[in-house]
Amino acid sequence: MFAVFAAALRRELRLAARHKGDWLLPPLFYLIVVTLFALGGKPNDPQLSAFAPAVLWVGVLLSALLNLDRLFRADFDDGTLEQCFLGAQGAMPVVYAKLIGHWLLGGLPLSLIAAPLALQLDVPATVLPTLLAGLLLGTPMLSLIGGFAAALTVGLPRAAVLLPVLVLPLIGPVVIFGAGAARAAAAGLSAAGPLYLLASLLVAGLCLLPLAATVALRNSFD
Amino acid sequence: MLLTDFALSLDAGVLLHLRGRNGAGKTSLLEVLAGLRAPLRGQVVRPEAGLHWLGHKNGLNGDLSLIENLQYWCALQQCSAAPIVTSLERLGLARLRYRAARTLSAGQKRRAALARLLVAPRPLWLLDEPLAALDVAGLDDVGCMFDQHLQQGGAVIVTSHQPLPLADGRMRTMELS
Repeated sequence: MFAVFAAALRRELRLAARHKGDWLLPPLFYLIVVTLFALGGKPNDPQLSAFAPAVLWVGVLLSALLNLDRLFRADFDDGTLEQCFLGAQGAMPVVYAKLIGHWLLGGLPLSLIAAPLALQLDVPATVLPTLLAGLLLGTPMLSLIGGFAAALTVGLPRAAVLLPVLVLPLIGPVVIFGAGAARAAAAGLSAAGPLYLLASLLVAGLCLLPLAATVALRNSFD
Repeated sequence: MLLTDFALSLDAGVLLHLRGRNGAGKTSLLEVLAGLRAPLRGQVVRPEAGLHWLGHKNGLNGDLSLIENLQYWCALQQCSAAPIVTSLERLGLARLRYRAARTLSAGQKRRAALARLLVAPRPLWLLDEPLAALDVAGLDDVGCMFDQHLQQGGAVIVTSHQPLPLADGRMRTMELS
């Protein structure tokens, strides 16, 4: 089981190394979106830091959506997915590898550049650890929910249009608790509650969503 | 509903040629036999030692080389990757093994997909239009592969609109209508 997972993850990273644009574009997009918020506001507006957690979170969501529809599509189109399902361990380890690969190449770099971007929005440095912890717990959920939605729509034409409509409502709780943790830290309160909630969402998602994505992919053959 | 009251059992050493007009359900039947699709009713008994499925898609990622594609397939199947080069050699692709699959012609890609059949020995081959895009030499190669596989006690189910490169008593034909 683990050998298949490792081979699939290596393949994801190898493909990413050959298509650098696919994973360099989202951080660039994120940088531009957040910078435009800073430029669009009033200079030295104290309101900006109040809205910063929401801006940083929504920016991450939108950036991570950019390459989501390609997650399973290439393998579906070229027939690799069929061979995955007929493999010795089924497609589940491959689905895990793809979702974790999507986070490593998407959610992780986006979370890391959120810290310098937060300073640009005048977020106090003391809030950064909480913001980063929230993003590191929340962005894997984005890959998991997004991967499930991508699996549901893999057989459909123009799924890229449908995908944000499916993903954004489901990701609501993650944004509420993620941005909530950063706001709590900014107000000097303990952020442990929302962070624990994010962690529990992540554990549940990590157990259930790859399974659901595998079933959804299987349905795409019918 | 494409097929009702359908029964088929295949002996070792037999090649079954599925024929029928476009849309008759040849591919769907093969997908059911392979286990990609569930039949509405009834059951499929597959050989315990596994089967090979070659659909009309080749299962090759265009950005990976042939050898990387086949190595990944071996990892999925958890079989040895050692016979890859000799298999590619038999289909005349050994020289192209480091080329990205995207840069190959349709016939070369089809040959690479067929090379999987030789990488891992499996008693049953399910092939959907394996001859599509192959040249005359390619047909001969596939004929040799069929011949050898049947001699070793394997079985093959093929859909094809072309006459198959194997003409003897081991071939059965079934017409789907």
